[in-house]
Amino acid sequence: MEELANLFHGFAVALQPYNMMLMLVGIMLGVIIGVLPGLGGANGVAILLPLTFSMPPTSAIIMLSCIYWGALFGGAITSILFNIPGEPWSVATTFDGYPMAQQGKPGEALTAAFTSSFVGALFAVVMITLVAPLVAGFALRFGPAEKFAVYFLAFCSFVGLSKEPPFKTIAAMMIGFALAAVGLDSITGQLRLTFGVTELLNGFDFLIAVIGLFGIGEILLTMEEGLSFRGGQARINLRVVLQTWKELPAYWITSLRSCLIGCWMGITPAGATPASFMSYGIAKRLAKRGGNFGNGEIEGVIAPETAAHAAGTSALLPMLSLGVPGSPTAAVLLGGLLIWGLQPGPMLFVEQKEFVWGLIASMYLGNLAGLLVVLTCVPIFAAILRVPFSIIAPLILVLCAIGAYSVHNSTFDVMLMLVFGVLGYLLKKCNYPLAPLVLAIVLGDKAEEAFRQSLLGSQGSLGVFFSNGLVSSIMVLGLVALFWSAIAEGYSRLRTAVA
Amino acid sequence: MKPFIHVALATATALCAGGIEARAAWEPVRPVEFIVPAGTGGGADQMARTIQGIVTKHNLMKQPLVVINKAGGAGGEGFLDVKASSGNPHKIVITLSNLFTTPLATGIPFNWKDLTPVAMLALDEFVLWVNAEKPYTNVKEYVDAIKKAPTGTLKMGGTGSKQEDQIITVAIEKAIATKFTYIPYKGGGEVAVQLVGNHVDSTVNNPIEAVAQWRGGKLRPLCVFDAQPMAYSEPIAEGKSWKDIPTCKSQGLEMEYLMLRGIFMSPRASKDQVEYYIELFKKVRATPEWQDFMKSGAFNTTFLTGPDYAKWVEAEEKRHEALMKDAGFLAPAN
Amino acid sequence: MTAHGSDGGPTHKAVERGTALLIAVFGLIVIVGSLKAGINWGAEGPRAGFFPFYVGVSIVAASAINLWNALRDHDDRLFAEWGQLRQVMSVVVPTAIYVGSMPFVGLYVASIVFIGWFMRWLGGYRWLTVFAVALGMPIVTYLVFERWFLVPLPKGPVEEWLGL
Repeated sequence: MEELANLFHGFAVALQPYNMMLMLVGIMLGVIIGVLPGLGGANGVAILLPLTFSMPPTSAIIMLSCIYWGALFGGAITSILFNIPGEPWSVATTFDGYPMAQQGKPGEALTAAFTSSFVGALFAVVMITLVAPLVAGFALRFGPAEKFAVYFLAFCSFVGLSKEPPFKTIAAMMIGFALAAVGLDSITGQLRLTFGVTELLNGFDFLIAVIGLFGIGEILLTMEEGLSFRGGQARINLRVVLQTWKELPAYWITSLRSCLIGCWMGITPAGATPASFMSYGIAKRLAKRGGNFGNGEIEGVIAPETAAHAAGTSALLPMLSLGVPGSPTAAVLLGGLLIWGLQPGPMLFVEQKEFVWGLIASMYLGNLAGLLVVLTCVPIFAAILRVPFSIIAPLILVLCAIGAYSVHNSTFDVMLMLVFGVLGYLLKKCNYPLAPLVLAIVLGDKAEEAFRQSLLGSQGSLGVFFSNGLVSSIMVLGLVALFWSAIAEGYSRLRTAVA
Repeated sequence: MKPFIHVALATATALCAGGIEARAAWEPVRPVEFIVPAGTGGGADQMARTIQGIVTKHNLMKQPLVVINKAGGAGGEGFLDVKASSGNPHKIVITLSNLFTTPLATGIPFNWKDLTPVAMLALDEFVLWVNAEKPYTNVKEYVDAIKKAPTGTLKMGGTGSKQEDQIITVAIEKAIATKFTYIPYKGGGEVAVQLVGNHVDSTVNNPIEAVAQWRGGKLRPLCVFDAQPMAYSEPIAEGKSWKDIPTCKSQGLEMEYLMLRGIFMSPRASKDQVEYYIELFKKVRATPEWQDFMKSGAFNTTFLTGPDYAKWVEAEEKRHEALMKDAGFLAPAN
Repeated sequence: MTAHGSDGGPTHKAVERGTALLIAVFGLIVIVGSLKAGINWGAEGPRAGFFPFYVGVSIVAASAINLWNALRDHDDRLFAEWGQLRQVMSVVVPTAIYVGSMPFVGLYVASIVFIGWFMRWLGGYRWLTVFAVALGMPIVTYLVFERWFLVPLPKGPVEEWLGL
């Protein structure tokens, strides 16, 4: 009950006109940041952090967290319209969102994405409100072995079945792992695979690969087929929002499952990107129309978006209660807390009630405001597809170049982006799947790091991955997911045999 | 706060500028890039962004100060970038210990002498932390417990590999003749939480990284790796303050280590340009925001400029080289 | 990757073989790099090159199988027609020039020329429209990135001269 009283007090704080204004400004900035590739949520919040020094901490965190929500919403826009993920966690949204846009349904895809994001966030906030202390303690049980198990599970639930030839899938995935390994090896502090090239010190950033493989590759494919985007006939009015809303409740199971996956991945904390891939992979396996995923299924948009937003929101919980950021953006917000003189950690919920509950209340309001803002803009976004290709294509290419540059402020990365673009075109034409490649770049070095940390701790014994109930059950779940098709087949055979 | 004695630099500049008399003091004409050779959210990044905020809020510069993270290759990317911007006075860099450790451990072609030293802003302390549930309450009990455990079963968590945390770990090993298993993590906050969750047995976190867990009663500080106790006497937890933490030396753990938080600028900078930035940072240091920040992280606030700063850095470089050579951390190429 | 015997463009199998070879070469580079970093299982668990080495080996092995499959492929369907490839190259080549010139002339000048070229030659727009978009976009970019978000983008001699 005390929580509810606190929450109402929090609403009173968040509803002050000054804070409401900051909330709107934050959402708008966030959407812009999310749309511009390269200028991700973490960069955006970091850039705007110094501006908030002259504000009271509660107002500052409201504005910054709203930038974060805005970026979460905005990342989906370019993924759906141009196949260019504005943020890492919206890569999985491109798989079905972009085909939908090409079939003349960009409005439906955007509405589904935004609404699912909101549902995911709402679920996570309710969870934070009700069970915060309980859940925060859970995150403490995650050492390196448990983290590796989570990455393993995320990976297994995404790969496994795919329509492409298996050895092409393996080749693509391994390319991703190899690219993820370039740069500094975090366990030995030694450079590897850089061949003395200083530009390779950073390794291959995920965003640059994605902008190239998906964005540029798609433009090249479009050029080959003649100069046109196929989304031009999109309906552009607000009715599409209501029509899509009518369809959405039918997918409540997918939504609920994605919410749970997202919250879990946010708290552990593995982050929004693995959550979105995992949720997509599981939905593909369990949905009735799973076989048609990748060809513009609305469920394929709902699953990753819900999970990403739920994870992004719940990632703030370990940050506030433990001081461990669940995502890069949360890491920057954490820096902000320290600069404002607030110490995240067990005492924050006790000593800074106004701040914590003001923030939680602003999560409810900020996400609602965000949803309204982006939904009213759906027709505008959809109308972008009507701009002729020969105008929009160079603009996209320039934006991609800016995005690739601003990841590390390096023109070398812009050239890499083009190389990835040509590679993406070639691989796609030759029927190599790109998604496992991308997932391997995201999870590769993190998984390797956790794996080697675990082995350091266990003095080289692999038994550490089955050393307690938590880690063993996650590993077993991962194995089940990996061999799901075999298991499902065996099960159906068994059933026919019995019958 | 220590009073800084060396303000003679201004006079030195005046003498040097004797030939070109009526030269106006230099000022930036374009936005100044403030390079952070570490990721967003880390200690150096926080400090840089605090400085940026202070400069903006108090209008200390006419041109904007723009923070840019270049974390690749343990910060090597950032240092090489500044090194390559010879003669560009619109680029400064904040350093941490990776100024020494990165070139030594990875063999990238960089040395701090490639840059122009500006000022030491502060020194970051290191504290030995253990989980509060553990029975040992002082260094002696801790050391006894380590010695009793089989070699290598005790885990020390730290940030990065072959960097400051691991150097301190190796020094502790040497001081008490034992062996830890060192486990590197990405960030200091993560390390502190791994200690709370009992996934490692001790850490050498900076005060700011672990203070929240100390206040929450989850962690316990044993000693500080400095020559004298920290200066902040405000109580933090259990009625104890930073000042009450004894030095490791006084507890029989022979090791001192402080991490540089200093400013360098691109090569071939003129005296005027260096002087401009020194004045700027003096103004930053005088603001209440900076003092709050120093207090929240229990920083050692030594401020050095000019030859004293260079001398300090040079001595530190020699020390790092010796420590890292002992530990076998030097890159194979060296 | 040249066309043999087909009149319209390179065959799919030829490109397929080329791609498999390209990936195999990449795998070899990874193996060489891993060997340099040390691939054995050291005192502290696997060394830096341990995982990349096996990743490299898998890449080479998978490519060998893909190459074998491509060699057995006797389907003569085309990868793309020459005309289509020309279309693709008409984007790749200017983009390569755009990207390559960026370190020297800066992002803004390069973008103006690139957008202008694209709209005029591929789109055939009136000069007025071309100028409006080609100048408008970099100016908006400048305002958003450099003024608003304080993100510096690459600049060249022209910006230096303008004092931006």
